[in-house]
Amino acid sequence: MLSEVWQVAWFTVRMAAFATVLMLPIGVVLGWWLARSRSVGTLLVETLVSLPLVMPPVAIGFMLIWLFGSYGPLGPLLEGFGIELVYTWKAVVVAMVIIGMPLLVRTARTGFEQRTLRYEQVASTLGAGPLRVFFTISLPLAYRSLLAGTVLAFSRALGEFGATFMIAGNIPGRTQTLSTAIYSHAESGRDMTAGGLLLISIAIAFLAILVSNWLTPRHTQ
Amino acid sequence: MAFSILLDFTIRQGSFLLEIHEKIKAESLALFGPSGAGKTTVLDVIAGLRCPIQGEIRFGSRLLFSSQRGIDLPSRKRHIGYVPQDVSLFPHMSVRQNILYATGNSERGEFLRVTEILEVGPLLGHLVHELSGGERQRVALARALLSEPELLLMDEPFTALDLAFRERIVPYLLSVRDELRVPIIYVSHDTDEVQRIADQVIVLERGQVVAAGSTVNFNLA
Repeated sequence: MLSEVWQVAWFTVRMAAFATVLMLPIGVVLGWWLARSRSVGTLLVETLVSLPLVMPPVAIGFMLIWLFGSYGPLGPLLEGFGIELVYTWKAVVVAMVIIGMPLLVRTARTGFEQRTLRYEQVASTLGAGPLRVFFTISLPLAYRSLLAGTVLAFSRALGEFGATFMIAGNIPGRTQTLSTAIYSHAESGRDMTAGGLLLISIAIAFLAILVSNWLTPRHTQ
Repeated sequence: MAFSILLDFTIRQGSFLLEIHEKIKAESLALFGPSGAGKTTVLDVIAGLRCPIQGEIRFGSRLLFSSQRGIDLPSRKRHIGYVPQDVSLFPHMSVRQNILYATGNSERGEFLRVTEILEVGPLLGHLVHELSGGERQRVALARALLSEPELLLMDEPFTALDLAFRERIVPYLLSVRDELRVPIIYVSHDTDEVQRIADQVIVLERGQVVAAGSTVNFNLA
């Protein structure tokens, strides 16, 4: 039982970490862009990215199955490259990315909005181009918010259930994560195993939120 | 060193339109007026940080902005140094890194002369938060000057300083004007400062020019 619990926990942490690595560049650039632009386009993109925050995760999962399934718009394209997604570990990662992304984007946007604009402007008057400004001013000044957003997105990915269940299933040893495993064991009456998984979930989530809260900048002005 | 500047533009400034249609030849120009008159907006527009609704801005023979010809030179290409009211020293960098930002960390060009005139040499190893108000002003001034600007914009540089500090800083500014021969556009609502530093003045009230000309002919009180 113990080895199964640790195996599921380790698999979930690895998938969430991989999803976070994928989210990070997209989320940071999107957050910066949303903080700096005001247009119908940014409003639409922000709304779209934030949808998973309010939509039922199961519905997101259903949408992903449609998108990446054999008859969906993206499924045949991936199959053309020899990539099978649905009911594999890759589907777990995709579900985690979609569900975790809004938290990263919104925290990053807030970080860029709060701290960096005037400094970016001054840097540009000193002759710095957009890339140099981004890497030497925007990123370092917003790093605490970015780290906090990353930890939040990672935590959300760890706890993902509905979308994962739909698109990746709940296959022990292949796609089973902490949350889907808790569901399986609780439903079949294996409360001890479910309890062990629950304790691990609580420990990881507590630690992640603690780190995120510690990193989130507090503005007293 | 005398410079000529054409400021002929309209921009929204809060609840009113800021309109300015002036061609000025000066060694140093002051923008004078009460808070909220639009002085900082004029500096932002000259620096390329805000885009007017329409008009034209020309510095010497260089066209910086023309709505008619679709030209809006990015701030990094305008060669205009800017010291904002809060000076905006990069808080995550040392004084040396701040000062050398424009030169890509190399002590080339006017480094020795600028650090000597502004007496910032002893501050180079310090962190930004260790500086006093007057030291911050001098470091920000040195940073702007090392970008080798053809024009220096300063937004109420002495507002945060007490009278004694102001008296110590003004000579530095006069040195910049007279020894480094960098023309200055200077925002202030202090009549004495304007009389001491500028030879030409534009007086703004609620976005409109109410007077313009030589400081000698003006009773700014």
